[in-house]
Amino acid sequence: MSDVDWIEAALTAARPQAIGALLRYFRDLDLAEEAYQDACLRALKSWPKQGPPRDAAAWLIMVGRNAAIDQVRRGARQTALPDEAVLSDLDDVEAPLAERLDGAHYRDDVLRLLFICCHPDLPATQQIALALRIVSGLSVRQIARAFLVGEAAMEQRITRAKARIAKADTPFEAPGPVERAERLAAVAAMVYLVFNEGYSTGPAGEDDRGALADEAIRLARLLLRLFPAEPEVMGLLALMLLQHARAAARFDAAGEIVLLDDQDRGLWNRRMIGEGLALIDKAIRHHRRGPYQVQAAIAALHVRAARPADTDWAQIDALYAALEQLEPSPVVTLNRAVAVSKVRGPDAALTMIAPLESRLGGYFHYFGLKGALLKQLGRNAEAGRAFDQAISLAATPAQAAHIRQHLDQLAGEAAAGR
Amino acid sequence: MLYAFLCYHDEDAVFAWSQAHDEAVMTALHKVHAPLEKAGRFGPTARLMPTTAATTLRKDTDPPQVLDGPYAETKEQLLGFYVIECADLEAALDVARDLAKANPGGAYEVRPVRGFYPGNLSGDTSGA
Repeated sequence: MSDVDWIEAALTAARPQAIGALLRYFRDLDLAEEAYQDACLRALKSWPKQGPPRDAAAWLIMVGRNAAIDQVRRGARQTALPDEAVLSDLDDVEAPLAERLDGAHYRDDVLRLLFICCHPDLPATQQIALALRIVSGLSVRQIARAFLVGEAAMEQRITRAKARIAKADTPFEAPGPVERAERLAAVAAMVYLVFNEGYSTGPAGEDDRGALADEAIRLARLLLRLFPAEPEVMGLLALMLLQHARAAARFDAAGEIVLLDDQDRGLWNRRMIGEGLALIDKAIRHHRRGPYQVQAAIAALHVRAARPADTDWAQIDALYAALEQLEPSPVVTLNRAVAVSKVRGPDAALTMIAPLESRLGGYFHYFGLKGALLKQLGRNAEAGRAFDQAISLAATPAQAAHIRQHLDQLAGEAAAGR
Repeated sequence: MLYAFLCYHDEDAVFAWSQAHDEAVMTALHKVHAPLEKAGRFGPTARLMPTTAATTLRKDTDPPQVLDGPYAETKEQLLGFYVIECADLEAALDVARDLAKANPGGAYEVRPVRGFYPGNLSGDTSGA
């Protein structure tokens, strides 16, 4: 294994903690980022020779802090300087007396960083961009490509987000318990949005979007370490692991969507499934049901089935019913209708989704499902119209190609005179 | 003498490895395992899930208390173990050094085994 590989992994792992501590110190995101960048450059020079430090984050924090202070000193002699006692030489970084970060600091620093990125003043798109830039350390170019926007536009989005945070009140103070719970929900939502950006669009590995799903899983693990007894965070991580475990089977060689029923289950990632199921087990013990846990339980029922025919659709229907109560939404009802079609037939499912059309009139999956149900019932002309609408709403070539397959089948049946 | 090799590593780093990187490390480690296996010195091994999947039962209270998370919050986490037959401590440290070359970072705690029971698991259950 090359030096660069393990150094990169170590830098990535230490990043949230290092930036969090530097932010506590400088109270300025740009300065904290620059200091961290600087420390990374020095790490790349020094670690291959000296070996990895025992505590990579502490090393980066000390070196970054000293480098930034040097710069501030050069720039403005008048700036108040931090306590000289902590500004030791680089050589001292590894000394036993160098600052060791205790657990409480770690928790607060990383939380503050996540909370700042999910500041209520920021729209979701800016939250995600900022978190990916600051916490995950993705380059602006990577983020821009993942969101299918230009680099300059993404740069601007991030700059704007930082400016808003700089203006916002007291983002550096630790929030109270109530605010903490609210912000935790916001961070969880942000993480799941990151995941869905990576999950919803195309084959893994084809572009940078696949990396977003991995990143979201990493962020959720981080969050769970900060809130180890929070069942919804367990549920969130489990949900993403169980969905992402199917990534390799979700698209065929031509990049077209493979539906769950048709996926090669041998391609599912058993390690992720094992971890996801273990987390659900842990979450259930808390008897505090929440939307992420219920969705994870649904995903678990899918991965537990060795063959599509073994899927416990009745239980999935019941879980969607629970989800409808926790978080009523037409999209949840639409998903439930899939389970209903398996348990009670396509007619019952059609009846269920009919009232949704006014609210889901612009939603690809609504018309995709409607078409599929009508096709099952042999109402081909109506099915064709629904599929046409779905195609017009498709967000990706893969989605459109999938619907086109249905239309081709309908055309084939019509040609055969059925 | 049997030695347990307790593998500690920063789990944030290990679980951020790409699949390609993970496979590269595993290939390098297997090269260290192979001669030990051939010599009949290679006992059970395990790779553990991250500490976020852990639950701890504290048994110093009555009734015992179930806590989420690992037994101790540490900078580096117990992520796996080996049991390997070695002539003496020097031989065990040599094995640890070879493993370390294949998988740098973190630490191996080398601990002599007091009692060993091979158990009765059969087959490959490493899939998950």
